[in-house]
Amino acid sequence: MTLDEISIIAVYSAMAVYAVAFIAYSIDLAKRSAASGATTVAETASEPVGVLAGAGATTATTPTKAGGATSVRPPQAGDAATSAVAYGRSPVLRVAVAMTVIAWLLHLGATVLRGIAAERVPWANMYEFALTGTLVVTTVFLVVLLISKTDLRFLGTFITGLVLVLLGIATVNFYVSVVPLPPALQSVWLVIHVFVATTSVGFFALGFALSVVQLMQARREAVAATADAVKKSFLATLPTAAALENLAYRVNIVGFILWTFTLMAGAIWAEKAWGRYWGWDTKEVWTFIIWVVYAGYIHARATRGWRGTRSAWLAIIGFSAVLFNFTVVNLFFKGLHAYSGL
Amino acid sequence: MVSSPRSEARPEGGRADAASARDTGVDPLRPSDYDDGSRGPDAGDGDGAVAGEGGSAAAVNSPKLGPVEWLRFGWRQLTSMRTALLLLLLLAIAAVPGSLVPQRSSDPNGVVQYFADNPDLAPVLDGFQMFDVYTSVWFSAIYLLLFISLIGCIVPRTKHHLEALRARPPKTPARLSRLSAFTERPLASTDDAVSTGSTPAAAEAAIERAAAALKKSGYRVERYDLRGAPSVSAERGYLRETGNLIFHTALVGVLVAVALGGGFGFSGQRVIVEGQSFVNTLAAYDSFNPGRFFDDTRLTPYRLTLDELEAVYETENRDALGQAIDFTARVTIEGEGGEASHEVKVNEPLYEYGTDVYLLGNGYAPTITVRDPDGDIVFTDSIPFLPQDANLTSIGVVKVPDGLAEQIGMVGFFYPTQSTLSSGAYTSSYPDLVYPVLTLNVYSGDLGINEGTPRSVYQLDTTGMEQLTGGDTGVDSVELMPGESTELPNGLGTVEFETATPDAAADDFSQSVPRFASFDVHHDPSQGWVLVFAVLIIGGLMLSLFVPRRRMWVKAVSKPDGTVVLEYAGLARGDDPGLERAVEDFADAHGGKRS
Ligand code: HEM
Repeated sequence: MTLDEISIIAVYSAMAVYAVAFIAYSIDLAKRSAASGATTVAETASEPVGVLAGAGATTATTPTKAGGATSVRPPQAGDAATSAVAYGRSPVLRVAVAMTVIAWLLHLGATVLRGIAAERVPWANMYEFALTGTLVVTTVFLVVLLISKTDLRFLGTFITGLVLVLLGIATVNFYVSVVPLPPALQSVWLVIHVFVATTSVGFFALGFALSVVQLMQARREAVAATADAVKKSFLATLPTAAALENLAYRVNIVGFILWTFTLMAGAIWAEKAWGRYWGWDTKEVWTFIIWVVYAGYIHARATRGWRGTRSAWLAIIGFSAVLFNFTVVNLFFKGLHAYSGL
Repeated sequence: MVSSPRSEARPEGGRADAASARDTGVDPLRPSDYDDGSRGPDAGDGDGAVAGEGGSAAAVNSPKLGPVEWLRFGWRQLTSMRTALLLLLLLAIAAVPGSLVPQRSSDPNGVVQYFADNPDLAPVLDGFQMFDVYTSVWFSAIYLLLFISLIGCIVPRTKHHLEALRARPPKTPARLSRLSAFTERPLASTDDAVSTGSTPAAAEAAIERAAAALKKSGYRVERYDLRGAPSVSAERGYLRETGNLIFHTALVGVLVAVALGGGFGFSGQRVIVEGQSFVNTLAAYDSFNPGRFFDDTRLTPYRLTLDELEAVYETENRDALGQAIDFTARVTIEGEGGEASHEVKVNEPLYEYGTDVYLLGNGYAPTITVRDPDGDIVFTDSIPFLPQDANLTSIGVVKVPDGLAEQIGMVGFFYPTQSTLSSGAYTSSYPDLVYPVLTLNVYSGDLGINEGTPRSVYQLDTTGMEQLTGGDTGVDSVELMPGESTELPNGLGTVEFETATPDAAADDFSQSVPRFASFDVHHDPSQGWVLVFAVLIIGGLMLSLFVPRRRMWVKAVSKPDGTVVLEYAGLARGDDPGLERAVEDFADAHGGKRS
C-alpha cells in the first residue's frame, strides 16, 4: 500500500468519526431545545443581565460575558428575554468534542501522509486544498474552544457538518493522485500564500457560523421581546445575539488580517511568477472582492443602523464569496490560476 | 459563581455617568453616524436619518439653502461612515463583471473570441466598457469617490489625533461603580496601610503606587484629587487610532503609487531562440507597452543572449508522464558591468540593469531552410512555433518573400513526439523530442508584406494565395523529420528541416530542434513603494484591530464607616474583550487578591 492510499483510508476514517461527532452535536442541540422548553418563563425573565449560567463544564463565566462586554449599559427591557437559559452539563456534548478531536487527529494524519507521499506541502490542487482547508477549519474550531471564555461547542454541528460535506466532495469529485508540481507552483510562496489563505478561511468559516446563529438569535429575541414568551428553542441556551456578534467580529477580524496578508503575498508571488503583481486575473478579482466585502463588514459594525443584523449579513455574504472563490471560480472560470489539478 | 458587585441591578442613570466618562477630547474623531455599540443596541437602529447631526438634518428641510451649505452638506454626506460603506459595497459589486467577461488587459484573445461567439451582445457590453472593467469610467468613479471620502475622513481625524496625543487623560468619574468593569479592595489589606500610620497617607501612597504601576504598563496617567478622594486616571492604546490612520493613509499611498509609478515604467515582450540575443532597445521588442510618462532614453542598453533553454519533463510518475517539471533559461548578459551568466526560471526572475526579466513561455523553433531550384539558399531561420497544448503540438508560419519564382508562405505544425489519432490526424503525445515531425502546408502568391502593412509573424494571411499542399489540394502536406529535405510543389525549389545535431545517432533527436524562450521585460518603479505601503497596511491593521484602547481609574474612597476602599474601574474604547480581566488583574496586583 502506498502512503497516499493510507492517507485516503485515514480520510475516510476521519469522515466516519466526524459523522459520529455531527450526530452527537445534533442530539445536543435537540436536548437544548427540550431544556429551554422546560424552563418557565418566569424563571427566565428574572434572570439577571448576562448571566450565562454554566453553559458548559469548561466555562468559568463572569457575569458580563453574555452582555456586550465592551459596552456600558444598564439593564434593558429586552435583556431579560435575551439572556441565556441555564443548560447544565451535557455528556453527549463531551462525546461530540472527543469525537471531533479523534477525527481531527485522523484528518491531520491523512494530510501529513499526503504531504509525505507527494514530498511537498499538501496544498497544491483542489483535492489537497480541500483536505488541508477542512483540517484548518477544525483546528481553528478546536483552538477557539480551548481559548474562548464563551462556550462555543454548540457550533460543532455546523463545523463538523461543513467539514464532512467538503471532505465528501473532495474525495469524490476532486481527487487526483500525487503528481509533481508544475514550475509555476515551485515557490516558497506556495507554502506561505496558500497556507495563510487556508487559515483565514478557517476563521471566516467560524465567523460565518457565529453570524448565522446571531441572526437566528436576533430573530428569536425580537419575537421574545414582543411576545413576552420564550419560544422553545435551543437558541435559548446560547449567548445573546449581541454576544454572538462580538464573537463573530473577533473571529472575522483575525480572518480579515490573514486575508489581507494572503492578498499581498499573492501579489508578491504573481510578480515573481507572472511578471506583474496585479493583473485582475479572475482569482485576483475574487480575492479582492472578498477583501472589500469584509472591509465593508468591519465598517458596517461601526456604522449607525448597520451594527447587528445587517453587518452579520455582510459576514455571511463574505463567506459565501469565499466558498464561491474556492469552488466555482477554481473550476469554471478561466484564468492564470489553473491549479485545480482536474 | 456570580460574585462581582456589578451583578446587583445598577441604578438607572449609570448611562449618563458612563457617557460623561466617554466624551472627552482625547477620543478619536469619528463621522457623526459612527456607532461603536456603546449606546446600547437600540441606538439609532434603522433611523434612516441623514448622516449629519441636527444642523444638516435641519438644513435638508430648509428651502433656502445657500451654495456653501449645500457644499458642506454634500461633503459631510461624502465623508460619513454610511457613504464609505456604500461605496465599499458598490466597489465589490462593480468588480464582479470583470471576472465573468474576458478583459482586454488580462485576456485579449478571450475578448476577440467573445466577440466572435456573441456578435450581438459583445458590442453592447463593450459600450458599457465591460471588457475594460477596471479602467472603466464607472469603476474609476466608484473608487475615486471612495478615496476622496477616505481622504476627507482621515485628514481631520489625523489632526484631531495629533492633538489627542498631547491631551491629558480625562477626569476621574464621580461614581466608578457604574462602569462595566469595576472592582474594589479594602485599603486596610494593602502594605500602604501598614507602612504609613495614617489613613489619608496610606490612601495617598496607594494611589501614587497605582499611578506608577499604570505608567509602567504603558498608560498615560494623570492625578485627580476630588473632594479629598485621591485618584489616578489613566489611558492607553493611542496606538489603536494611530494604526487605523496609518492603515487608511497607506491605502491612499498604494493607489497613488500604482497610478503614478506605473506611468514611469514599461513592459516589453521578446522571443529569443537558443543562441540568439537581444539588445534592450525599443526596436528590439516584439511588443512594447510604455507607461504614460515613459521615455525611451531611460532604457539601459544591455545584450541578453539565450545560451540554452532546458526543459525537464516527468518520466517516471505514471500519473503525470510528460508533465513539465522545470524550465531553466541560461542566459548571458553583457553591459556596462561586463559579461555574466545567469539563470532565469519561472519563479525566479532576473533583476538586471533596472529591468526585471521573466521567463513566461518556451517552445520549439525548428530551423527551416528553403533553396531555389539551383540549390542556392533563399531563406534559413529558426522559427518559433507557438505551443497549442501540454504536449507542445505547435504552430508556426514561414514566409519566403524573395528568391523564388513566387512568394511562398508555409503554415507548419510541429509535433515533438508525433503519433497518429484514430481519425488519422497527427498529434503530439509527449512534450520532449522523441519522434519530432514537422508538416507544412505550402501557399504561393502574394504574402501581402510588400505594401508595408505590419503583419504578425505568427499569422499567414492566405487571401490572394493559392494553397499548394494539404487540405483540399489533393497533394500531401510536406512532412519532414530533422535533417530531411524535400521538393516544393511546382518545381519551386526545396525545403529542409535542419537538425541541430547532425552527428547524433540516427534515432537520437533529443537536441535536434532548438528551443525558444519568451521573456517579459519590465520596469516598474512603483513596486517598492507599493510594497512599503502594503507593509504599513498590514501593520496599521494589526495595531488598529488588536491594541485595546482603554481607560483605567483607581480611586481611594472613604466610606461612611470611616474605612477606605480602593476602587478600580476600566472603560473600553472599541472592541476590548480583555478589559475586565485587565481591571481584575490590576486590582489583584495592586490591592491584593480578593478574599
Ligand atoms: C478605501 C476604502 C476603505 C477601506 C478598504 C477601509 C477599511 C477599513 C478597515 C479594514 C477598518 C478596520 C481596521 C481599522 O480600524 O483600521 C476600517 C476602520 C475604519 N474606517 Fe475604513 N476603510 C476605507 C475607507 C474609509 C472611509 C472613506 C472612512 C470615512 C468615512 C473610513 C472610516 C473608518 C473608521 C472611522 C474606522 C474605525 C472603525 C472603528 O473605530 O471601529 N474608512 N476601515
